[in-house]
Order: sequence, then structure tokens, then C-alpha cells
Amino acid sequence: MPEIFGIPTAALFGQLLIGLINGSFYALLSLGLAVIFGLLNIINFTHGAQYMLGAFTAYLLLNKLGIGYWPSLLIAPVVVGITGVIIERFMLKHLYKLDHLYGLLLTFGLALIIQGVFRNEYGSSGQPYPIPEQLSGGHNLGFMFLPNYRAWVIVASLVVCFATWFAIEKTKLGSYLRAATENPALVQAFGINVPRMITITYGFGVGLAAFAGVMAGPIYQVSPQMGADLIIVVFAVVVIGGMGSIMGSIVTGFGLGVIEGFTKVFYPEASNTVIFIIMAIVLMIKPAGLFGQR
Amino acid sequence: MKHHRIAFLVMVAVFVLAPLAMYPVFLMKVMCFALFACAFNLLIGYGGLLSFGHAMFLGTAGYASAHSAKLWGFAPEFAILFGTAAAALLGIATGLIAIRRQGIYFAMITLALAQMIFFFYLQAKFTGGEDGIQAVPRGRLFGLVDLSNIWAMYATVFAVFVGGFLIIYRVIHSPFGQVLQAIRENEARATSLGYDTARYKLLAYVLSATLAGLAGATKAIVFQLASLTDVHWSMSGEVVLMTLLGGLGTVFGPVVGALAVVSMENYLAQLGAWVTVVQGVIFVICVLAFRRGIIGELARLIKKPL
Repeated sequence: MPEIFGIPTAALFGQLLIGLINGSFYALLSLGLAVIFGLLNIINFTHGAQYMLGAFTAYLLLNKLGIGYWPSLLIAPVVVGITGVIIERFMLKHLYKLDHLYGLLLTFGLALIIQGVFRNEYGSSGQPYPIPEQLSGGHNLGFMFLPNYRAWVIVASLVVCFATWFAIEKTKLGSYLRAATENPALVQAFGINVPRMITITYGFGVGLAAFAGVMAGPIYQVSPQMGADLIIVVFAVVVIGGMGSIMGSIVTGFGLGVIEGFTKVFYPEASNTVIFIIMAIVLMIKPAGLFGQR
Repeated sequence: MKHHRIAFLVMVAVFVLAPLAMYPVFLMKVMCFALFACAFNLLIGYGGLLSFGHAMFLGTAGYASAHSAKLWGFAPEFAILFGTAAAALLGIATGLIAIRRQGIYFAMITLALAQMIFFFYLQAKFTGGEDGIQAVPRGRLFGLVDLSNIWAMYATVFAVFVGGFLIIYRVIHSPFGQVLQAIRENEARATSLGYDTARYKLLAYVLSATLAGLAGATKAIVFQLASLTDVHWSMSGEVVLMTLLGGLGTVFGPVVGALAVVSMENYLAQLGAWVTVVQGVIFVICVLAFRRGIIGELARLIKKPL
């Protein structure tokens, strides 16, 4: 069996794949956090719970209504996005003039509520979600076995990430968004409805989290706590990347996923903590984060 | 500060007389958490720094105190001191990293660092993993007082709590505390007045960590247990809740908040995960409509800071 640094290549590529999968979720989630933070100045602690809500929406659609994976991939983000819009309209809206910390505390409370309700209903254990038929099986690439579904997750999240980047950096709507991030009062003076834009942005960011949740279902199982620990890692990813740039979130998300994957091969004891250690090192050297402006 | 003195005497009287009506073990739990919340409040209420990882100090001190008492046979006073010192060291190490960013980033960084510490304890041998360190001996205080006597233990916890509370009170009302509040209000101005704000923030952070550690070390001796619960992020969230509910930046708020949250958990314990839901609802209500907290509102009524 071929080896690199004394490690079988199959194991190495296997972990690379897992790293890319985790990285896909880090990228999607940190992207949503960055977009929301840019306009709302709120760190959305509910993000992990909304990721879980996405997975559960897909799970319930399948088991209660018989609606499969592909429609869910669209329906779940819309449904969860609408709940996000409601949260923004009725709660977050009242916090913009206050210290940013209150937004963090409110969304933390919301996360506790959502996760608690689902834990009461479904317990702590995971519910299986089947891989869609079209993507079952996999390909033998010679050096490793590549399950189709995992390849799909990586490709789909890359596409969504770059589409978001394109929409924000290259389109007219995106330019309004970036302008409103810099100076909301001025953009409003030009006749653009900034409050509505804020609402839509929050709904979109939350929808991204739900989209990630639907994709995660067949890989990690659907459980009430699936987003709770993940969101903390994503916070670390956001601190490492700095929230200034969209591309930065994507690159950092995938990069850290891969580093975490390789850590599992070379020094498994540190695989849970490696991202936090990198965060500490980055803060010592470049406190603003790798792609941060300030 | 006459009304502070009165409020302090009321608080002391409550904890002296309460064992007549309530379980002493419950009250000891309240006092440990009250000290924990007061230490946390020193940082957020007066320094304006929201730490979302304070459980790491509570838990670290608990493990250090439990381990030293059980395996090295430390007397309880040394076990508590050792635990407190461990939390102080962790405070210095994490503080140097965390104070590099402010506001929202500070909260995320402390949360992430605490999660790293959590995973470390989850894997480390000496913590006993999911089981924790159980059956920690309470020992004899100063070699004289047998702490397995519930009233001796109660008096000790009471002394630790009141001592810690007075230290925090002293710090808040010292020149150092004033500078800290100036930094909270306007850091740029404090810098321009010649204060090295990073050093002030670090000192406040380490003090807060140390006193949180004192609470954790004492708690481990009282309950004869150090476990992962005390290092988990939900514990960091709980101390935020206690302080927010009692009143951010008030002297007595965290004590009232701790009493309220611990009581709620006791009475709702059989409801399982609903406790989390109730906590979440309290968070939402406090942020949207009750930002001053219980003591903050009370202080507004009598028009005096409490």
C-alpha cells in the first residue's frame, strides 16, 4: 500500500475528504454569520440552532409529508429563512441602537429555546436521514473510494459559496448591501429601503444555515444538538478569518476543515482542539484575523 | 454608601437565617454560584467585557481543588487555594490572547478558548472523563474543623462567599475600578488620558478568573465532585443569565440572579430539557424588556445605585 510520511495514502485522502466536508459546513455557516454581521452588527448565536432546524425541517418533510431530499433542499431554507425574518422583525430590530452584546445574548437565548424544544420532542439521539437515491454509491478513484453524496456536498457548497460571493461583490443588489454595511444612513438617503434589506439579509443568512443543515442530514444524522458545538467551532473560524471579507470566510472555512482532517491522521488527540489552537496563534500574530480589515 | 451597607447587612442576614427554612446544601450551591456570578459581573458590568467562557475558570479550579484534595491529600484550605491559583494562571494565559480583541470578538474568543479547555479535560486522564472526580474528601479545615459536619461546611462557604464579595466590592470602588469603568465607557479617551488600557483589562480579567476559580474550588469541596458540567459552555451561559437577570453592573444583582436561577433549576429539575427552554425565554425577556435586571430596576425605584 502506498504511503506518505508513513501514513497509508488511503487514510490520508479519506481524512482529506472528511476535512473538505467539514470545511464545506464551516464555510457555509461562517459565510452566513459574516453576511449577517456585516449589516446587522449582530453575531447570530442562533445560527447553529437554525442549521439544526434546516435538518429537522427536511427530516419532518420526509417523514410526515413524504417530500424527499431535493425539494427539501429548497423548501427547508425558505421555511427557516421565514422564521428568521420573523425573529428579525419582532426582536432583533429593537436591538440595533444598543450595545452589540445584547444581540449576542438574545440570539443565545433563542438558540437555547429552539434546541430545548427539539430535545424534548426528539431526545438527544440522532435520527437517520437517508442519502437520496441518485447519489447513493460512489466511485473508486484508484487511490481512494469517493462516495457520491460527499462529492455532491463539497461541490454544492462551493457553488453556493461562490454564488453568494458573486451576488455580494459583483451585482447591483450586492453593491447596495456593501454600501449599507459602510453607511446605512447615507444609503437610506438615496431612497433604498435599508430596514427591509436588513430583514432580507438576515433571512438569507439563516437560509444558508438551513441549507447546510439539509445537506448535513445524511452525513451526521439529524439531532437537536447537532448545531450546538458546531457553532462554537464556526465562531473560531470567523475569528481566524476575520469577518471583513466574503472570500476570506470561504477560504478559511475550507482550509481549517482540511487542517482539522489532517490532524486526525497525524495527531488524533488534538483534532478537537486544533482550530482553537490556530485561533490563539492567529490572535497573537494578527489580531484582526487573516482577512480582517481592522 | 449607606444603602450599600444596609443591602449588605440584609444579604448577610438572609444567608445566616435562611438555613432555618431551606436546605443548607441548596444555599451553599447558591453562594458558590453567587460568587461566580459576582466575579463574572466584575468583568462585564464594570469592564464592559463579555466573557462567554467563564466556565473554564469554575471548572479548572474545581478539578485542581478536587484532584489535590483527593490524590495529594491537600487540606481543604490548600486545595481551595491551589484551585484558585490554577484558575488565575489560566486567566493570565487566556487573558493575554482574548484582550487582543474587543466587544463581540472578545465573547467569541473566550467561548472558543473555553471549548478548547473543555475538550482538553474531556480527554485528559486525571479528570476522569465523563465520570469526573468523585468522592472528594472534605477534610479538616486548618487541621481543626471537620468539614463533613454540614454547619462547619456552611460557615466555611459563607466566609468564602462574603470574603470574595467584599474583595469585588473593594475592587469596584477603588481607583482601579474607576479607571476600568472609564475604559468601558470610552476606551479611546482613557488611552488619551495616559492609561495603559490593555493592562487594566488584563488585570480585571485575571481578577475575575481568580474569583470565579475561588467559587469553583469551593464548590468542588462542598459537593465532593468536579465534573465536565462545570466546564461546559452551557455553564458559561448560565453565569451570563444569572448576572443579566440580577442586573448587569450592579453590586448585588449577581447574587439575586444566582439565587433565582439556582432555585429555578431546583424546582424545574424534573422537567428535563424544559429548563433550557425556560432559561432561553428569560434571556429573551431580559434582553428585550428587562435590561436593568431585578436589582437594576429596584435601584431605579429607590433612585440609588445598588
